[in-house]
Amino acid sequence: MTAQDSAGELGTLRAHEAATLDAAIDDLLAGGISWRETAHFAFETLRTNPVRTLLTALGVLIGVAAVIALLAIGRGSQESITSSITANGANLITLRPGASTSGGVRSAVGESGSLTLDDAEALADPMRAPNVALVSPEYNGSAQLVAGSNNANARVTGATPVYAEVHNTTVEEGGFLTEAQHRSAENVVILGANIATTLFPDGGAVGEQVRLSGQNFTVIGVLKSSGGTGFGSVDDGVIVPLTTAQRKLFGARAVGGSWSVSTIVVQATSAETVDAAAEEVATILREDHDLPADGSGDTFSAINQQTILETVTQTTQLLTLFLGAIAAISLLVGGIGIMNIMLVSVRERTREIGLRKALGAKESDILLQFLFESLALSGVGGLAGLILGSAIALSVNLTGLVTVSLSWDVALLAFGFALAVGLFFGIAPARSAAKLDPIVALRYE
Amino acid sequence: MQSMIKVRDLARTYQMGDIEIHALRGVSFDIHRGEFVAIIGPSGSGKSTLMNLIGCLDTPSAGSYELDGLPVDLLDTELLAAVRNRKIGFVFQQFHLLARGTALANVALPLAYRGGISSHERLERAAAALERVGLGNRLDHRPHQLSGGQQQRVAIARALVNDPALLLADEPTGALDTATSAEILGLFSDLNRSGMTVVLVTHEPDVARATRRLLEIRDGRLMRDVPTSEAWTSQPVPAQRRRRLPVRQQWRIAP
Repeated sequence: MTAQDSAGELGTLRAHEAATLDAAIDDLLAGGISWRETAHFAFETLRTNPVRTLLTALGVLIGVAAVIALLAIGRGSQESITSSITANGANLITLRPGASTSGGVRSAVGESGSLTLDDAEALADPMRAPNVALVSPEYNGSAQLVAGSNNANARVTGATPVYAEVHNTTVEEGGFLTEAQHRSAENVVILGANIATTLFPDGGAVGEQVRLSGQNFTVIGVLKSSGGTGFGSVDDGVIVPLTTAQRKLFGARAVGGSWSVSTIVVQATSAETVDAAAEEVATILREDHDLPADGSGDTFSAINQQTILETVTQTTQLLTLFLGAIAAISLLVGGIGIMNIMLVSVRERTREIGLRKALGAKESDILLQFLFESLALSGVGGLAGLILGSAIALSVNLTGLVTVSLSWDVALLAFGFALAVGLFFGIAPARSAAKLDPIVALRYE
Repeated sequence: MQSMIKVRDLARTYQMGDIEIHALRGVSFDIHRGEFVAIIGPSGSGKSTLMNLIGCLDTPSAGSYELDGLPVDLLDTELLAAVRNRKIGFVFQQFHLLARGTALANVALPLAYRGGISSHERLERAAAALERVGLGNRLDHRPHQLSGGQQQRVAIARALVNDPALLLADEPTGALDTATSAEILGLFSDLNRSGMTVVLVTHEPDVARATRRLLEIRDGRLMRDVPTSEAWTSQPVPAQRRRRLPVRQQWRIAP
């Protein structure tokens, strides 16, 4: 029946009859069950079939738990990697001699001597490089250390007093280098934690003498263990005054009247100004070394801590995404489980659906009831999965193998995704229920 | 007297593949407020089709049907659901109670679909309806704790709870023994005496005898419309029914 037919028929009715009819139809349209009531029916069904409810929710539960746990582990790893990088300072730029550009003619690659103490001083000029906070020129080498019957091979870093601040190094015993020791190139040494333990197993290193490349050095301090391993760890190195390293230990060349250095570490004023500082540093070096301003002939390379961080972050984020995707697939499988059970449930309750329709349920009422059911299933599964996933993540944390990071956004994302899965996979069964012909449904055996 | 049901040339044709099945070929009658009517006829006669149309579960292919002043044949499915909810109380052969719910919850169900009634009032009205069918002491029983007759009483209470214009019962005693059948038919009579319009659809003459007017459907047409008291003086209906059953069985199948 179309509205036009209806209007035509009604036109034949007498006016007051039509008015009464309009009122009656308005009255019919006014009623209807509230969505709360429909939701109540849905929950009632789930409550009276606890085993089926639990088994159906299990798929989503496992999916959400997997998402939460895997993302927590992924994020935890990411954070621990990031923090180990930023432990050295996130706002550092490391300058080394040697071209950083690829292609073109590169002269004096890796030739030490292209960076000098003069360069370090120029970089420290606040007028030319306002975003640079500290400049630490360094000279690196390695040497044999002997103390009594103990000996160790160590990375030797020639440093200025500013080194401690730039690298966040803390002295456990004794003190750090002083300006006086640096200026007069004294034979003093600060030992990394591991070197100190190797040379002086009983402790008490400060004040003792060690032989370093055949020369006598006095131990003036022991660094606090950073706990880290790998490159850049100060635990396996020793620190001597820069001047001592250049002149007495490694015979650095003088270039243009200034001593060469192997590294200049520049600290930007903050993590945000690192890029600006890097720009300033590059400009100064190009000007002072008469290099092309476009960077095509650079004889130095600048490694930005921030750049390393970004690369690592990208990698770990990809890993986290990968873990999340695998978990999401299991969540999807859980959703298919819901659809399966709901389809069976519609079949099973055909007569109930027929009855509800006979008693006045509209198609939309039935649709909503079954949608609520699948939503509740995924919601219950999601909530339980949230708890289980967090428990797994926390227990992984307790083993100490990996640090985990639980976060609200991941939890909300997983729960929201679970609900979306429930809704999506609930639509087909709910529609098939809503479309049932009440006459057929009531006779269904 | 006002017509509760006004049926004019009502027809229903089903399409089964290429075959058209004329389940109802044009039926006209009026049922007034307060009548007690039996629609009888053998299986495949079209009486189930007629019942589905009267019950607003189906829409006619042709003709008109007015229920309590509403032109039902012109209404869409959403309005038909509301009409079923407000105007018709269904009683089925298989009771169709929700196994999980108590008697009270089952009876309150139509009120929930009506909407706009507080849950407290719904339960109160459901309890009153159960009281009316003599089950005031079984409110919290579940269907499996009740006998067949009691279950059918619950179903009747459910049909009454929305204060319908029409009580429409489809073989209401088909699943009950003789004594219980008599009780249930007695209940229908009582309800009719208190003013309820009751339509029973049945193929059993014993059930039809409880009513006061008989509409006999055959081959999709209204064959007889007589007071029940005059119905069985000459023509025995059941014998014929048995002979015809196999041929017409296809008509029992709804599309």
